[in-house]
Amino acid sequence: MKTVTLTIDGRTVQAREGEKLLWAALENGIYIPNLCAIPGVKHPAAACRLCFVEIEGYPRPVTACTEPVVEGMVVSTRSPRVDRLVYTAFELLLSNHRLDCASCPRNRSCELQRIARERRFSLRVKRLRKLERNLQVDDSSPVVRYDPGKCVLCGRCVWACREKGTGVLGFARRGFERKVTTFGDVPLGQSGCNGCGECTRVCPVGALTGKEA
Amino acid sequence: MNLTEEEKRIAVEQTRNILQGFSGGRGNLIPILQQVQEKLGYVPREAMEEVAQYLGIPAVDVYSVATFYNQFRLIPPGKHQIKVCMGTACHMKGGNIILDCWKRRLGIDVNQVTPDREFSLERVACVGCCTMAPVTVIDEEVHGKVTPTRVDGLLFSFGVKIPKGQQKEGEAVEQQ
Ligand code: SF4
Ligand code: SF4
Ligand code: FES
Ligand code: FES
Repeated sequence: MKTVTLTIDGRTVQAREGEKLLWAALENGIYIPNLCAIPGVKHPAAACRLCFVEIEGYPRPVTACTEPVVEGMVVSTRSPRVDRLVYTAFELLLSNHRLDCASCPRNRSCELQRIARERRFSLRVKRLRKLERNLQVDDSSPVVRYDPGKCVLCGRCVWACREKGTGVLGFARRGFERKVTTFGDVPLGQSGCNGCGECTRVCPVGALTGKEA
Repeated sequence: MNLTEEEKRIAVEQTRNILQGFSGGRGNLIPILQQVQEKLGYVPREAMEEVAQYLGIPAVDVYSVATFYNQFRLIPPGKHQIKVCMGTACHMKGGNIILDCWKRRLGIDVNQVTPDREFSLERVACVGCCTMAPVTVIDEEVHGKVTPTRVDGLLFSFGVKIPKGQQKEGEAVEQQ
């Protein structure tokens, strides 16, 4: 396999040709915020809009999860434009998120908390109005607990459920009403979910969590 | 809202007929759902399951598409279809209050049908009569400048009687 050499934040790193920039950076210990990226997926959804970077010679920031590495590429993970974009996307995500870290099963292992720490964002909505979705926790499965109020719609669980589970998870509706759910919105316990728990292992936040923990 | 066994049987049968005209694969999903809706007037879950099986895709993906587009309705239409305009003008004129009145009086939420199948409730985008806002369209007939009392009046014209004690409720909303 051919490798290419590129520069990220002044550091010279090697990456497999054709690999997406996000993974090249992460593998080399350079953090770029991301929620919706899934290693090995051919067509990234690029839905979370958190992985913006600047690439020399590009007119505007691009999403690192969709950008293949190229020999000699010069990347910077931070710039005023990037920071602005990422902060806005982050704040939008928080604006309908049931923020309740103290009693959240993912407190301290949550990707939102990590992004906030890395980029020095506060975990508070400052410029936007908070719009809470009044969604019920689904406690029907013996192994999985689903709190849609914390879902960031990254799609990782939908992918994992198809790859390794029974494929019962999917997206429904659109806009503010968009939600990860099952066919006909039946509770997980009656959906054909076999309790493999793969979705809880990929969920970056406290939306899908295992019950045993 | 529950379908009768007869309705389910018809849904499955008609869907199977429609599917015969299509090859497998995701690409045909929307045209299939459109034909099902044209035939049955709605897309019940029995039909969605048939479609998923035929196309070889997860049932939740059919549900995903059917709930994404406003053109698909998942429940049978009521005998009278009530459409509350939520366009910009109607929104400004308190369309949501009118919608709440309908919901409360009918005891159903948006996109539902009353258990007796008399009324179904929907929210729609601008119906083009903004000067009459807030607007409710019932069975293609446009009703303008709707107030909570007018909601009761319209229901009355369909033979629905609002119990005396409850009438205040609507009026209280109107004064807000
Ligand atoms: S998902 Fe993360 S940010 Fe949200 S409440 Fe849980 S720990 Fe906090
Ligand atoms: S439940 Fe978790 S993994 Fe699934 S879309 Fe929501 S945040 Fe992502
Ligand atoms: S990780 Fe790139 S857009 Fe979500
Ligand atoms: S907004 Fe309701 S008719 Fe135009």
